[in-house]
Amino acid sequence: MNQDTGRIAQLLRDYAVPPGVADELLDRNGQMRPVWTRFILQLAEMPAREIPALFARGDLYLRDAGVYFRHYSENAKAERDWPLSHIPVILHASEWAEIADGLTQRAELLEQVVADLYGPRQLVDNGSLPASLIGQSPEWLRPMVGIRPAGGHFLHFLAFEIGRSPDGSWFVLGDRTQAPSGAGFALENRMATTRVFPDSFARSNVTRLAGFFRAFRDALEGLREEATESGRAPHNARPAILTPGPSTDTYFEHTYIARYLGLMLLEGEDLTVQNGQVMVRTVAGLKPVSVLWRRLDASFADPMELNGHSKIGTPGLISALREGSLTMVNALGAGVLETRALMAFLPRINRALNGAPLKLPNIATWWCGQDAERAHVAAHAERMMIGSALSTSLPFSVEADTALGGKFQSTAAGGHHLPLADWIAAKGPDLVGQEAVSLSTTPAWEEGRLVPRPMTVRVFAARTPEGWKIMPGGYARIGSSGDATALAMQRGGSVADVWIVNDTPTPQDSLMQLERGRLRDTQSVLPSRAADNLVWLGRYVERCEGTIRLLRAWHTRLAETGTPEAPQLAGLADYLDGLGIEPEHRVPGALLSQLDAAEICAGKVRDRFSVDAWAALRDLARTARAINGESYPGDDSARAMGVLLHKITGFSGLVHENMYRFSGWRFLSLGRALERADHMAMLLGCFTEKDAPEGSLDLLIELGDSVMTHRRRYRVDSSTDTVVDLLALDGNNPRSILFQVEAMRDHAARLPDARINGRLQPLGRALLRMETDLAASDPGDWPAERLAGLRTTLAAIAQDLSRAYLG
Amino acid sequence: MLYDVELTIEHGYATPAEGARTHVHLMPLTVPGRQSLITGMISATPLPDERLDRTDFFGNPVTEFAWRKPLDDLVLHLQARVQSFAAPSTLDLAPDLPGLARELNGVTDLGPQSPHHFRAASPRVAPAPEMTQFARDLLWPGITALQAVITLGRALYGEMTFDAKATDVNTPPAEAFRHRHGVCQDFTHVMIACLRGIGIPAGYVSGFLRTIPPPGKERLAGADAMHAWVRAWVGIETGWVEFDPTNDLLVGTDHIVVAHGRDYSDLSPDRGVLRTFGAQESSQAVDVIPVPVAG
Repeated sequence: MNQDTGRIAQLLRDYAVPPGVADELLDRNGQMRPVWTRFILQLAEMPAREIPALFARGDLYLRDAGVYFRHYSENAKAERDWPLSHIPVILHASEWAEIADGLTQRAELLEQVVADLYGPRQLVDNGSLPASLIGQSPEWLRPMVGIRPAGGHFLHFLAFEIGRSPDGSWFVLGDRTQAPSGAGFALENRMATTRVFPDSFARSNVTRLAGFFRAFRDALEGLREEATESGRAPHNARPAILTPGPSTDTYFEHTYIARYLGLMLLEGEDLTVQNGQVMVRTVAGLKPVSVLWRRLDASFADPMELNGHSKIGTPGLISALREGSLTMVNALGAGVLETRALMAFLPRINRALNGAPLKLPNIATWWCGQDAERAHVAAHAERMMIGSALSTSLPFSVEADTALGGKFQSTAAGGHHLPLADWIAAKGPDLVGQEAVSLSTTPAWEEGRLVPRPMTVRVFAARTPEGWKIMPGGYARIGSSGDATALAMQRGGSVADVWIVNDTPTPQDSLMQLERGRLRDTQSVLPSRAADNLVWLGRYVERCEGTIRLLRAWHTRLAETGTPEAPQLAGLADYLDGLGIEPEHRVPGALLSQLDAAEICAGKVRDRFSVDAWAALRDLARTARAINGESYPGDDSARAMGVLLHKITGFSGLVHENMYRFSGWRFLSLGRALERADHMAMLLGCFTEKDAPEGSLDLLIELGDSVMTHRRRYRVDSSTDTVVDLLALDGNNPRSILFQVEAMRDHAARLPDARINGRLQPLGRALLRMETDLAASDPGDWPAERLAGLRTTLAAIAQDLSRAYLG
Repeated sequence: MLYDVELTIEHGYATPAEGARTHVHLMPLTVPGRQSLITGMISATPLPDERLDRTDFFGNPVTEFAWRKPLDDLVLHLQARVQSFAAPSTLDLAPDLPGLARELNGVTDLGPQSPHHFRAASPRVAPAPEMTQFARDLLWPGITALQAVITLGRALYGEMTFDAKATDVNTPPAEAFRHRHGVCQDFTHVMIACLRGIGIPAGYVSGFLRTIPPPGKERLAGADAMHAWVRAWVGIETGWVEFDPTNDLLVGTDHIVVAHGRDYSDLSPDRGVLRTFGAQESSQAVDVIPVPVAG
């Protein structure tokens, strides 16, 4: 025990809680809170030098899973690693139960307020909420006024940002009602943190998160059933997630949640509205959607009635809401509840509506549109954050025009500011004062010891048939410095898991149990846009492979001859030139852009293929960029291309060995086959010409990866006939055109509506014709120009595919 | 006055336009004491697959159309008979600007006619310092809100040049103001920005204007176009007044109201989406014909 005490002391040697703030680890007497003891003991027992390796394990998990946060700087987009603070925040279940109770009350109040603002507006009429405040809020969406949400509720999924005051009590800093993000990140934090501390986690009786997600998924399913049973939506309507798309900073989370919950991930353009019913465009035609968990801000949702410039919305969506055929999680317009100034009125409204004070107070807030409140804010400006009343960002996201502690944060806005008092007097109704709160601190790992860092916790709430359910845990934001004012939270910082610890063991739980007897989702649907991206992913990856093979052949020959002027290289160089590929560049720009294109397509369908395949593709692109700086023409580059080739076949292997044979896999395979056939037709058309340079046939065999096969099958030197036979007409050679056409015909036959009334449709017909042409012919029937002409046929087939399924 | 109004909007698409859908704000309003819609009909060619008639937040009639088949062209047609009543007397009962602010604070209503909708930045009109300053320079101590509206409208009429080619439907008001030119939409947006800047709630009115042909000339069929002007709230007693800054006048019986909104984006006559790759041509023809009334 003495030894433990010594180690703990070592761990906490620099753990100095700033004066006047509460701390998660230590109580006000400086004693460790019992709920932390087990964790800290175990941490203390670990040899200090092993801890970085443990943390690396968590980081590696996140990197492999592809968890990232996208952010923009100067027009260029970059993905930032997920900044995990490895030490969890630990809270006792009994304390959490009180928080959950308070947040449940708050969720119910928010529902009452939003229902009133889009309904009878009694709170405005009776002066509980100022008409001018609501009337000027850009989040109060007039087209939504008077629309009762299908199913009766506006709010289904919420998040709250909470913090602990110096006196130890909890308070709410902000309500997230628009499209709260972070639930998926909370899950990933949990996965990563349990990898860092597997023993601690297993022995700490931590409440699992899966039950929360299961309850929410069941709730979405319940909304769907309810819509069907009440006759508002057809029986085959489904729930889905609506995302703004891959350029959003939280897109990763959307794909993650979609995969985790088994929901379709849709973008606005996937949807169309017919007769007031939202439909998703799929490869099997239009399918109804009755529940949308939206992750995009309301103003972008429908260009017909909201932001007319939105390119990511669905025209007519609000018409569907008016019809009652669609349940939106949360209702469009719910974002008005995020208005900062609203915080000033909620405590009073709860007393008026429900006869009770708020169990969990919110950050003290004064709206400067009222004389007494304005005077109070002006008089106490040094203890306030004063900013925009209509802003929907959290108190600590300080904007240019914010005064904190009596000083403006930025003089850049306008260059010169009025004196503070004049500013408050002049802009009154546009301003809100909020108490400049101090947050509690929690342990973070820095340079071999624990240090106190300020934190807030994001907590999630889901409406279920049994009432609001609060996620047991969430994620904590950890400030980057010891400064415990809320301001510290805006700069950098990191995130940590939150453990809710029980006195007795908790049951194992994961999302997999459940399903109300529904084991398999029988009618899986593939949105047309996703199918289109899968086709292009298949094409781009195959195109990269072709380019890499060409480059390897060029570099190999360069290594043999030593000069790019050698005749063996001339034909190949012309061919590469025709494709805009400059082989003397280390990794030609053309190859990098093909890889980029593949990555972009893959990024758009991340919810549809495995994490391993995604990692393999990213690894390939990363390697290509790295090689770009290092290799030199000739042998070195030939070997570098060999490395890329192995990596790309690794990706293809993962996809084709492991991807479930849903229709998505067929579209990916169709894209690959189209590209491979096209590439071979182009090569054959070029290198079987009568005046093709010496060595062209051997080059073809090499590019077709068929050197051994050719030797074994023909036992003669290569001739145009043997090469055309092997690379165009041999149904057993996976590199031949015929093989690819047969594969396409097989895939096409299994797509929806391949035959209508027993008759083959245009895609199937075109493929059958092409297959027959190839199968029922001899090499002599295929002069170079006819082989090149196959590309036109393939282009027409790609169009048939697109017309039938991808539009 | 009794009018027959006829309007035709035609769109032609170089390549077929898919997924066409539009919300149409064309039917004249009934505003008690101001104007009454007697009959009206909106139609679309080709026949739409979906049609829905409803009322928007501000009380304007909206017709939603949607087509499933690709369109080569699209014609929207309105025919309406409207009675326009003489405007009430313009006895100035409006408060001064501080008084207006006090009265606004007392308004707890957020219904369609509430001035609160018309104070803040709206999608197409954000107050801007240079416009606010322009308006402020015209004021004098004790000026009533109504005088402010008239003075400002007159000043803009004097300063701005009507130029049908200088701006388009998407020109921001600050730009039109900087160059002091534009069409009725620009005049209206600029005046709204100026009024909101000095604390007077102001909105957009779309409609038709009866044009009177030059003496001795025939009225030309289809020569008119849709028009726009300003509505400003000048206190609890007077409520809303309408001012036409393109023609420098308080609106009377020559103006037929179609819709009220915060700015053009709330009531664009034909707000549509479609997918097409080629060029698009549009034209508009309006006839406003006074109907002779016996006696």
